[in-house]
Amino acid sequence: MSEKRLSEIIKALKTAFPLTLPVLAGFFILGTAYGVLMSSVGLGVGWTFLNSFLVFAGSIQYAAIPLFLAPFNPIYAFFLTIMVNARHIFYGLSMLDKVNETGGFKPYIIFGLCDESFSIHSVHEPPGDVDRGLFMFFITFLNRWYWILSCIFGAVLGKMIPFAVQGLEFSLTALFVVIFLNQWEVKEARMSSILGIGCSLLSLLVFGASNFLIPAMILILAVFAFTPNPARKGVQP
Amino acid sequence: MSSNLTATQLFITTLVIAFGTTLTRFLPFLIFRRGQETPAYVKKLQVLLPPAAIGLLVVYTLKDVSFTNGSRGIPEFLSIGGIVIIHRLFKNTLLSIAGGTLLYMFLIQTVFSV
Repeated sequence: MSEKRLSEIIKALKTAFPLTLPVLAGFFILGTAYGVLMSSVGLGVGWTFLNSFLVFAGSIQYAAIPLFLAPFNPIYAFFLTIMVNARHIFYGLSMLDKVNETGGFKPYIIFGLCDESFSIHSVHEPPGDVDRGLFMFFITFLNRWYWILSCIFGAVLGKMIPFAVQGLEFSLTALFVVIFLNQWEVKEARMSSILGIGCSLLSLLVFGASNFLIPAMILILAVFAFTPNPARKGVQP
Repeated sequence: MSSNLTATQLFITTLVIAFGTTLTRFLPFLIFRRGQETPAYVKKLQVLLPPAAIGLLVVYTLKDVSFTNGSRGIPEFLSIGGIVIIHRLFKNTLLSIAGGTLLYMFLIQTVFSV
């Protein structure tokens, strides 16, 4: 490696690292809670590592814990995964051009995409003298490993100390409620938030807890087909 | 509470979830090549779908709450109320998540414990 390349790498890391610190704080709490939960259902460090390394998506990892307990049903697991993670598709759509400019880092940046990395990528542009590929790589890499190591830490902790974990799974509800509240601040997004809740509740009432997810998603997509596009009124996504 | 699946079934479930998640990440890059115009319906969904999806996920995580049995959804209701208040006051995502979760754990392990 040339000296020039090495200094480029260090510069990109120095630019990326401070931006990832809030993510470290968040992932440490949620990742530790995930590891503790996994070990409380008898799935230890190995399964915790495998899931956080291969899946690396907090909400589906939490949502999947009941799947590890219930009867074996990979097809349901697949559809639940698509539903819970469908938002990745929209993250990808809104940063197609940026990611296409990252050269050899592109597959890794897509593989490691998550809500938190997306929010950094969408707000922070690398300064002119910092390589975009390296910059986006380090954000992805750091966030991934904050999560994986926090999950492992939780699994080890859960094994050493018997926690009264009853209710810890509520952290997932809390996470979504907080994101919901943050979106509520954006006036243009309110109608969409209400439609999301309304369609989901309607579907829950009609189809029941175990079958409501897919009809709810279809209902939301159908309603949006007849909804005017707020972007046309000059609102940026 | 512990897993009833065999190691092979656990492994397959993990792989399916990993595959599904990876698919959602790569799909837009597989469908839309560089420089292609994004269709109008997709542009509309880019704006409308994320808030609705979060609403759906809130309902999803509460889907098993019963208003007729057990604690009748009171701890969930109180904890969400707590999150709204903490979030209004401090505007700190992490504090709101931790506060709401601890409140819920306290409620169902003490006041509403079965």
